[in-house]
Amino acid sequence: MTDAGPVERSGQNTVTMMQDTHSGRPLTPAPLPSGEGFPALDPARAIATEKLRAENLRKSFGAVEVLKGVSLAADSGDVIAMIGSSGSGKSTVLRCLNLLEKPNAGRITVSGEELRLTADRKGELYAADPAQLQRIRARLSMVFQQFNLWAHMTAVENVIEAPIRVLGLSRKDAVERAERYLARVGVSHRKDAYPAHMSGGEQQRVAIARALAMEPEVMLFDEPTSALDPELVGEVLRVMRSLAEEGRTMLVVTHEMGFAREVASRVIFLHRGVVEEEGAPAEVLTRPASERLRGFLSNSLK
Amino acid sequence: MFLHGYLPAILEGLRSTLAVSAVSLAIACIFGFVGAAAKLSGSRAANIAADAYTTLIRGLPELVLLLLIFYGGQIMINRLADRAGLGYIDINPFIAGTTTLGFIFGAYLTETFRGAILAIPRGQAEAGQAYGMSRLLVLRRIVLPQMVRHAIPGFTNNWLVMIKATALLSIIGLDDMVHRANLASAATREPFTFYAAIGAIYLAVTTVSILVLGWVERRFSLGVRKVEF
Repeated sequence: MTDAGPVERSGQNTVTMMQDTHSGRPLTPAPLPSGEGFPALDPARAIATEKLRAENLRKSFGAVEVLKGVSLAADSGDVIAMIGSSGSGKSTVLRCLNLLEKPNAGRITVSGEELRLTADRKGELYAADPAQLQRIRARLSMVFQQFNLWAHMTAVENVIEAPIRVLGLSRKDAVERAERYLARVGVSHRKDAYPAHMSGGEQQRVAIARALAMEPEVMLFDEPTSALDPELVGEVLRVMRSLAEEGRTMLVVTHEMGFAREVASRVIFLHRGVVEEEGAPAEVLTRPASERLRGFLSNSLK
Repeated sequence: MFLHGYLPAILEGLRSTLAVSAVSLAIACIFGFVGAAAKLSGSRAANIAADAYTTLIRGLPELVLLLLIFYGGQIMINRLADRAGLGYIDINPFIAGTTTLGFIFGAYLTETFRGAILAIPRGQAEAGQAYGMSRLLVLRRIVLPQMVRHAIPGFTNNWLVMIKATALLSIIGLDDMVHRANLASAATREPFTFYAAIGAIYLAVTTVSILVLGWVERRFSLGVRKVEF
């Protein structure tokens, strides 16, 4: 769908990306074309199924512009794999979505609710209303590359913390929920262990249970297997695959091409801060249109 | 008779020593937290102010600062009082002493707390933010419990030095253990007996402190692997 346009043409790329590849409907709900040949779209329904949308995200670190207008959208049940070489900006995209990184421009919408942003003196966007940001963050659970389990809490304490403090669950309900999700990812037997006493694979599965316990609308995975020993990658990927099969909406930054090919419903290839190619994995990964994706794929073949 | 019957009087002085230490510590903790927050905040003005504070205070002898603040403060306050038409104000040595010690040791605790916060990996607070916790909640539930472990060794040092520094307050007229020992040794002409006695009491207080803070450190190090060489 996109050719390997030079960087200057990134604007055009962005426009192309504004088309949701799943349904072909425009991402902006209104105004809708009413001419012949266009299926009648119900904007209310479109918003109801759309879980996450980012438009034209831009981010600079100093003089380096790492995101040059990235847009993406996830519908309910979408599993989007974001691939790209290191430095392509894929983790930054993910971290901009929940404002762990302040973008310089862009719009973020979660289930139809737009995050209100204001620019600070440096031109970086921050949440106009911290309470709204907290509410939206609670709906987008993140799983980190380095797990980031709270070191002073046991597995079960890690999982109940945010449901109690942020969602306002009672301790009893939170523990019940935590035990269910720890069992779901297969680490029930480690529930009273501290992170430092668990293997990387166990820690990451506890971290996934912690994300699940928020019962989020979208799960964000930031290279969840990159810090793991090779023999531990499989157990985490299996959990993620089963979550995808449950119909959860997931955005996964990954280097695991197998996961992208077999589990993702859509693949986004990011190159130098621009969405270079996007589409169904069978399409994008087997018949890459751009030279860059072809090069990336041949380098990451194992 | 043991200590010529001065023991109750000296123990009364101990009460005053402990009270001064506890209040000074509380004040020092406040200065320490504010200082550490200022040093870690992005604000340039706050950084400069906090740097000036720690550089100046840590660079001067405690006794000199104490005399400077106590006598200097006394004069300044009375000049202001004169101008306002008030009578002579006598500064209470307890208030002057605790404020001064708190101010001095706050500078040391600033560095202790700053280091302890920096020792916590960034991802710990980030995970809290990513799950929708407010800044205050992240501070209370994630940063503070983890910084205690890193802060305890430096904090213990500061506490020990500060308990001992309260001895200086007898110079500005605080009726503490040292002051009582001065009086008793002058009356009995047995300085060794009384200074040895309060020395033993200081040692007992510091030893108990070390034991308690060691327990606190272990309590907050649950789930942490010890480094083995």
